[in-house]
Amino acid sequence: MQAIAQLEDFRQETRAWLEANCPASMRTPMVDAEVVWGGRKATFVNPESKIWLERMAEKGWTTPTWPTEYGGGGLSKEESIILSQEMARINARPPLNSFGISMLGPVLLESGTHEQKMEHIPKIVRGEIRWCQGYSEPGSGSDLASLNTKAVLDGDEYVINGSKVWTSYADKADWIFCLVRTDSEVPKHAGISFILFDMDTPGVTTKPIQLISGMSPFCETFFDNARAKASNLVGGLNNGWAIAKRLLQHERTMISGFGLAGSQGDRGGTTSTMDSVERAAMHYRGDTDKISDPGLRDEIAQFKIDSAAFALTSQRSLEESKQGQGPNATSSMLKNYGCELNKRRYELLLSSLGSQALGWEGEGFANDEIAVTREWLRSKANSIEGGTSEVQLNVIAKRVLGLPDMLSLVQK
Amino acid sequence: MSLVLSEDQQLLKDSAKAFVDQNAPVSVLRGLRDSKDDKGYDQNLWRQMLELGWAGMAIPEAYGGFEFGYGGLGVVLEESGRTLVSSPLIATVLLGASAINELGSEEQKSELLPQVVSGELLLALAIDEKPHHRPNRIETSAVKADEGYVLNGCKTFVLDGHVANKLIVVARTSGAIDDEEGISLFLVDADADGVSINRSWMVDSRNSAMLSLNDVKVGSDSLLGAEGNAYQGLTRVLDIGRIGVAAEMLGSMQQAFDITLDYLKQREQFGVLIGSFQGLQHRAAEMYSEIELCKSAVRAALFALDDTEKTDAQVAELASIAKAKLSEVATLVSNEAVQMHGGIGMTDEYDIGFYMKRARVASAFLGDALFHRDRYASLNGF
Repeated sequence: MQAIAQLEDFRQETRAWLEANCPASMRTPMVDAEVVWGGRKATFVNPESKIWLERMAEKGWTTPTWPTEYGGGGLSKEESIILSQEMARINARPPLNSFGISMLGPVLLESGTHEQKMEHIPKIVRGEIRWCQGYSEPGSGSDLASLNTKAVLDGDEYVINGSKVWTSYADKADWIFCLVRTDSEVPKHAGISFILFDMDTPGVTTKPIQLISGMSPFCETFFDNARAKASNLVGGLNNGWAIAKRLLQHERTMISGFGLAGSQGDRGGTTSTMDSVERAAMHYRGDTDKISDPGLRDEIAQFKIDSAAFALTSQRSLEESKQGQGPNATSSMLKNYGCELNKRRYELLLSSLGSQALGWEGEGFANDEIAVTREWLRSKANSIEGGTSEVQLNVIAKRVLGLPDMLSLVQK
Repeated sequence: MSLVLSEDQQLLKDSAKAFVDQNAPVSVLRGLRDSKDDKGYDQNLWRQMLELGWAGMAIPEAYGGFEFGYGGLGVVLEESGRTLVSSPLIATVLLGASAINELGSEEQKSELLPQVVSGELLLALAIDEKPHHRPNRIETSAVKADEGYVLNGCKTFVLDGHVANKLIVVARTSGAIDDEEGISLFLVDADADGVSINRSWMVDSRNSAMLSLNDVKVGSDSLLGAEGNAYQGLTRVLDIGRIGVAAEMLGSMQQAFDITLDYLKQREQFGVLIGSFQGLQHRAAEMYSEIELCKSAVRAALFALDDTEKTDAQVAELASIAKAKLSEVATLVSNEAVQMHGGIGMTDEYDIGFYMKRARVASAFLGDALFHRDRYASLNGF
């Protein structure tokens, strides 16, 4: 713990710096089109978002607690909390949204070599390289460890062949962190490695997948004799499964954050009728004092109560993990519950909006109504991506409850 | 506000657990039931609980208590819930003493609260009149006469009604049947003329009674709180009760779940442990998740009671979140516990049925899940 006075100084300096450096439009609610993902092909719809990113990256505050050696902010936990409080105070937008920050960076800092960190971390901090995740394959979904993309050593390079699916934003990414099979003779978990390479490498192609929501955030990604430097294999040969699991924990923590939206009743500071299910229900039903359908009212109350209890559980889990008494698979529990809550939220919005939530496009439907329809469809993926709800329940049963594992009996 | 137990609370919880495990297993409740015990609670056990200071846990030091807060009383209730302890903790300590502490005059508090701490005084709150908890719907009347009031009416589901020395009766001094205005609370001696108390034998083998008041005369000094204006204070007392009962339910559901989990790891069918079946594993994992949410809801509500910065409205919301959630999950967990035990879960010899019975009574007490979801919606303007 740092001295209170020292932290108070930091707060005053931070407040002054943010006051002087955060552009005016970066203090307004985020709009989807202006989210900054960085990368070589970065686009800045709002030019001030570029200035904001550069200023924050200069201080390392896109990644406040990462070591300064690699371009991070080098802040203590207490200082980083103060920074986020001060950013929240002026409604500052996050300067950079990135899988490099939320997923790859933490495992690279834990398991990468000094050279790997020097090469990749500073570019993540500055948003110069946009990363994508090469995990799932057409034949390997929930059973991820059965993956088949092969990497064969040839001199100081690996030659990679195979394909990945559900690669988020692969068509916009610069580099990929990828699970590959480096040994086919051993049990499936023991022959996997974690490797990094450039998406511009000859032999790498991507193809967007159109989803039921009409959006295409995911791609198929193909590797045809693509060559990756052996020095970019992270965590040692055939040790990729351990790295992958660590990274999944970071990813699950991120996805479980979706469930928190329901209790807060807003999405990133915007104020629309859709932000609160109960207000939407009253608005679209023409009710004034209470929701006139008692069944819908009860379901919404139950949803809100579960959301509140979930938010309290996220808080408790964080506090207990700081004290080292948290159950080790809480992240599976939170991920699963958070995703199911988000799906419930959209089902309730659909019920609340009636036929106004059933439009696809064109006249008769407002933009935020169409958005509800599309997001309702998108939400169905919440309990599939990052490990299906059923897989999370398996993990809880096995790791937390200590129930016997029938699957391992079957596979033996 | 932190949701982690303080060191002192954790120590108290551990010692309560050790005491309950050693002295108050479920067989104690079974014995009380089978012998049709007059009191319905084990007096020797209650004396030991008094010695441990459990009756004064949340009572201020000024009135002889230990000022350990509702966070402290909550962990004791949670641990006593694990083995379904039947004791005056809920009726006298959680509800009765809180009613006197929240609504009573200085004289009433100085006189009565020390008697709760020492165990001389047992209390019972008489509020419900019909099969459903509707705290503002009060028909029992209190009419001003001479130097006091005359009470008439009937009460049901009065916890510990037949063992209490004093009853705290919710009555109407004015207004229509559903009005919040006009509700008053009275301290009535259990042996006063016109009071008749009939014990109800409940499915959970705990104490409950029906009460009828026929021209019961009480002095004006028996009024608890202001005449006609007690509803706000009563609501806070009920919220304290709801949160405390939720803490007790948390202990019971955790124990029912642990017993079931052990069974899944022991029982073999088709040559394997039944706990290896995914059809049971996923349901167990879902129960675990729901119980984790219950734990957080109970903690937040208990700690809010001890936090002077929290308003009554914030406490009310957290109380309804906790009681709605716990009532829902207690039902789920106890049903699943019986189902997963199969035939043996249906036998009286095995304990798990006691947990299902208690879960239903506790769920209904002071408002079930539907009541509290309705209340939550109203509190939030929908």
